[in-house]
Amino acid sequence: MAHSFTPPSEQALDGSAERLKRIRAGLGKRHARERRFRALGIAAIAAALGFVAILFSMILYQGLPAFTQANLEVDVHFDPAIVKVAARPVRDAQQSSAEYQRALLDWERKVTMVNWNRVLEQSIKAAAPDFEIDTKSALSIVETSERFRLRDMFVADPGLLGQTVKVKMLASANADNWLKGNIDRSLPDTQQQLSPSARMLSDRFMEDGQMRFAFAWHIFTNSDSRSAPASAGLAGAFIGSLYMMLVVIVLAVPIGVMSAVYLEEFAPKNKFTDFIEVNINNLAAVPSIVFGLLGAAVFINYFRLPLSAPLVGGLVLTLMTLPTIIIATRSALRAVPPSLRQAALGIGASKTQTVFHHVLPVTYPGILTATIIGVAQALGETAPLLLIGMNAFVAQIPGSPLEPSSALPVQIYLWQGNENRNFFEARTSAAIIVLLGLMLMLNAIAIFLRARLERRK
Amino acid sequence: MHMPTDKIVPQSDLYSRESTTARTPDENPLPVRVKARDVSVFYGQKQALFDVSIDVPEKSVTAFIGPSGCGKSTFLRCLNRMNDTIEGCRVSGLIALDGSDIYDPSLDPVELRARVGMVFQKPNPFPKSIYENVAYGPRIHGLARSRSDMDAIVESSLQKAGLWSEVKDRLHEAGTGLSGGQQQRLCIARAIAVSPEVILMDEPCSALDPIATARIEELIDELRQNYTIVIVTHSMQQAARVSQRTAFFHLGNLVEEGPTDLIFTSPVEKRTQDYITGRYG
Repeated sequence: MAHSFTPPSEQALDGSAERLKRIRAGLGKRHARERRFRALGIAAIAAALGFVAILFSMILYQGLPAFTQANLEVDVHFDPAIVKVAARPVRDAQQSSAEYQRALLDWERKVTMVNWNRVLEQSIKAAAPDFEIDTKSALSIVETSERFRLRDMFVADPGLLGQTVKVKMLASANADNWLKGNIDRSLPDTQQQLSPSARMLSDRFMEDGQMRFAFAWHIFTNSDSRSAPASAGLAGAFIGSLYMMLVVIVLAVPIGVMSAVYLEEFAPKNKFTDFIEVNINNLAAVPSIVFGLLGAAVFINYFRLPLSAPLVGGLVLTLMTLPTIIIATRSALRAVPPSLRQAALGIGASKTQTVFHHVLPVTYPGILTATIIGVAQALGETAPLLLIGMNAFVAQIPGSPLEPSSALPVQIYLWQGNENRNFFEARTSAAIIVLLGLMLMLNAIAIFLRARLERRK
Repeated sequence: MHMPTDKIVPQSDLYSRESTTARTPDENPLPVRVKARDVSVFYGQKQALFDVSIDVPEKSVTAFIGPSGCGKSTFLRCLNRMNDTIEGCRVSGLIALDGSDIYDPSLDPVELRARVGMVFQKPNPFPKSIYENVAYGPRIHGLARSRSDMDAIVESSLQKAGLWSEVKDRLHEAGTGLSGGQQQRLCIARAIAVSPEVILMDEPCSALDPIATARIEELIDELRQNYTIVIVTHSMQQAARVSQRTAFFHLGNLVEEGPTDLIFTSPVEKRTQDYITGRYG
């Protein structure tokens, strides 16, 4: 035999020393493996955080400037030479209500016919009396919606006639671009959006302090606008999204939770319920645009629900959210320890009482989390909404879920495609910030509620 | 205690048959509360219990002993039809409570479980207040007419379970915040709050320390005055301490059943002898 022979006693002694040596030799390797694994984990987290940081800083960098916009404060003189309308009708004793309304409407129509652009032009020119500027250039400095504001001011208070009041007017998108440096100042005149005189006057107003940057509240209060892009806001899309979320919560939560409870607790376990389960899991993976097609075919073509309505959007998003809620609720129910069910059944609670008094309340935190995640997902969904007409340009804030509306993510999509790139690039990022802020809020609410529900246990 | 006036005697001739298992005669037998004849249980294709026949006398403690997997818990769960909730479980034979078949299709298992209460291996109070834990049973069965009625039921149940003095100042705190032994006594209070006739206990002390165990054993001895108790236990000492009758199960068969002192001192069957002397188990 080739190997050496050692007496048994010595072998045992050697053996234990040898064993320890072997364990120690391996130990270094094992620790090294652990260190490598940890380093990989840290690297993965760092990479993920890095990408998130890049994304967020990009969005914030681009979007935050859009929350301030240039405003021009000028004296507006309601010149009787231009505002040539009769006095506002006063209701006299013989007049019926309808007659008075008709007269009032007639008066308002006449007020609208007044050349408000001329009032605007005069105010701008008066702010820089020594500056030579043509009408078109002067008017291009302020947003086109401002003339309607002057009209509305006058309708509300006809006593303004002949008066001079200070009005803070929104600068046009082009002026805003110029002042913020969003457009290259060295570009030749042919490639500039504003005429040379308008540019110079804007700069001068800025130096004088008549033009100032102020927080753009109208982003939250105005609806989308194409003719006056500087005044475009998110309010319409926000309300549209809000209606959709309400529809989703009202429909998806009860239907989803009840289906999950039935499937998990009451349904017989057979081929048919297996088939349903497989299909629910498949539904969760169906691309959202398919739900949009379904919504267009069923809700709009068959049930004749209105196009672009948040109700239809909400129904489509409900279909999309249902599988998420069902799957999460089922796994929450499955995680309830059997001892709780036994406890309830053991003292003679019926199946339904067991489920609704004891099992379901324990799963509330899970259901809540699933609901908020589902709703947040639905809130950010764009593709299915495009197919049911919610990408239409809607300039009013919807008064009900049946009125046409846009939605926040769709608004982002629409602004992203706007021709006035310089202005809307920042606007798009601003809308993204609002949407992300909303998501963060939803998630914060979810965490808060879950913590509260779990503490109650 | 509720005593049925119209005893429905099952038509099956199984009922009138004497239990063949009891080999040791009892000197002064108590009236029989639960009667089982030829009970077999199947989980799917697998038979877990083979033709078990036993008489459970009232106002006494009957202990089921035997090695793990011998079918004692399975049989216990047949007595209040908790096996119904297990998928693929089938029970044959006859089990009668006060002379009426509990597997009668016209009998609602919910009603049965109000008459046959159960305490489980692991304390499993509801994640609710102590008061709610006890009040839940009487509430769903409509046993309390008023708020003060319910307060009285809760108090007397907790008192019977020997927990009242420990929790009377914190009735509205979570039941899950109690210690293990207190939780188990809360579960006993919860079971007796619906005034059952029979209480089934499935290894009620296996998750408790020796002091809590002693407390529960004392309690079981007190409860015997008013209730018929069936207890499954792994501990032969416990069976010897608390029970008046003992049944030994092995491999799904009821091997031997009789007065506890006789089973432990002079068992008839060799398998019983081997088990209680620790030769296997």
